[in-house]
Amino acid sequence: MTESTVAQRVTRTGILLALMLFAIVPLLSMFTTALAEPGSTPRGLTWPGDPHWHNFVDAWSSANFLALFRSSILIVVGVVPATVVMATAAGYALAQLNVPFGKVIYGLLVVGLTLPFEALITPLYYDLQSMGLLGSRFAIVLPLIGLLMPFGVFWMRAHFLGIEPALTEAAKVDGATGWQTFRRIHLPLATSAWSALAVLFFLASWNQYLLPLVLVDDPSKRTVAGGLGAFQGQHGTDVVLLCAGSLLIMLPSLVIFLIFQRNFVRALMQGAVK
Amino acid sequence: MTDVLLRQRSEDPVAPRDVVRRSARRTRNWAALVWVAPAFGMYALFVLYPMLQSIQYSFYDWDGIGPAKPAGLDNWKAIFTQPELLHSVEHAFILIVFYSVLPVGLGLVAAALIRELRPGAFSTTARVMLFIPQVLPLVAAGIAWTWMYSSDGLVNQVLRAVGLERHTRAWLGDFTFALPAVGVIGVWVMLGFCTVLLLAGIGKIEPELYEAARLDGAGRVHEFLAVTLPGLRRELVVCTTFTVIAALASFDVIQISTQGGPGYQTMVPGVEIYRLTFLQQHVGQASALAVFLAALVLVIIWPIQRLGRER
Repeated sequence: MTESTVAQRVTRTGILLALMLFAIVPLLSMFTTALAEPGSTPRGLTWPGDPHWHNFVDAWSSANFLALFRSSILIVVGVVPATVVMATAAGYALAQLNVPFGKVIYGLLVVGLTLPFEALITPLYYDLQSMGLLGSRFAIVLPLIGLLMPFGVFWMRAHFLGIEPALTEAAKVDGATGWQTFRRIHLPLATSAWSALAVLFFLASWNQYLLPLVLVDDPSKRTVAGGLGAFQGQHGTDVVLLCAGSLLIMLPSLVIFLIFQRNFVRALMQGAVK
Repeated sequence: MTDVLLRQRSEDPVAPRDVVRRSARRTRNWAALVWVAPAFGMYALFVLYPMLQSIQYSFYDWDGIGPAKPAGLDNWKAIFTQPELLHSVEHAFILIVFYSVLPVGLGLVAAALIRELRPGAFSTTARVMLFIPQVLPLVAAGIAWTWMYSSDGLVNQVLRAVGLERHTRAWLGDFTFALPAVGVIGVWVMLGFCTVLLLAGIGKIEPELYEAARLDGAGRVHEFLAVTLPGLRRELVVCTTFTVIAALASFDVIQISTQGGPGYQTMVPGVEIYRLTFLQQHVGQASALAVFLAALVLVIIWPIQRLGRER
């Protein structure tokens, strides 16, 4: 190996390391800050001489995180299974069955892929108010199901389009009914597609901020992300507590990502560029 | 991700399954509507209907409580004449540079670099580490970076350490630097997504193409322009689409870190809509801006998608 290729290799690794550092440093800075003395204003990235692990416990109790986590879980349970089931059914029908006006229905759904949530938040507020749901978790769950639906249908339809039509034909020849074909053949083949979708929807619900902020006044009925916004409003000046609290709410998203990292990234590629 | 449909559409005419479908199309399967109804129902109720309401509201002057007064095109004219509204739209365009152009560019660099590594612990770590910001709540990203940019934060700490003390400042409160500072948060969030997607794309390029380029005596740069870039067309379209939407529709990060300030220096349409409706009760004006934003996204995404369709 010549000197210049060694130099090149060092430069390339250096650039990559710099990008990695950029990605991780804000989180490290948060972590060291979260361990500083409560109420103090530490410097950006300094390991505290005497780490206060207790700050996490304090943040947990002062933000009432137990209630927030419970609330987030209720919201996720309300949103994810329902949306995945509806999107799977619709995606299957649009790909494999002759849905009347299927093209129109799908076209309308695709437009929804580009609609920013903010464009809908004003009328949603008044609609939910007239339904009497404002302030309850339904005010987050129901719109979120609708808002996530375009992506869900889009994703599942793409999966079901990739299935050989011969498979369906063969099942038909064997005398399987439409439901049996779906249940026995298509659904098992779709496991990786719908489970990846479930992970994406988990993250989208857990991290949702705008809907809870606007539609639910009581922070303890919001998602954790929505609750953290309120926590920032109250404890914005206490950097140490704020960093500890933020790390706590990031943790589930981070853990879910690391667990599903392999499938997640693979599914993302398949879904995105199939 | 919208890319999927484009390719499928363009494939349809040649796909053998199309023949099957055409013969079956004679018998429309009305029962199949049952499969689509729940999904479409929820979508219609919580997306399509509110969108139509937004359009309707945009022609009224309404405080959300009393009777609404017809306002003609006033709310629409205001978008182009009121400086705050116009600035918010300008800022959204500037954010495209940070949310889209920089992450796609740096993502290409990172993907090319990771590609050259031997598959192993380091390349996996690099990929995972770069992707982490994308999965975290944007609220938390906003809080982390607000701390980074504060007077005692890491950015100033580093500047002091290298002797640039006089350049330290409260970045998010600075009239000149607040918008680029917020933009960097966007780079941070989007970089991993672009890297991972482009990396997958590079993996699909035929190795023979690289060999051929090398045989022709192509240098690194030429190889990149002649083989890598054209091979990544579809991935680039997906990345650009996704990040441009995120730029135009940004809300969480800005609401948490600056709330549009100082002054209106970081105001974006998303935050402005929120403020108009919920703090100032100008529902009509907020709705006009909302419809304008939605249309803007469509108008900008459309040509990008067209670009991906041509082959």
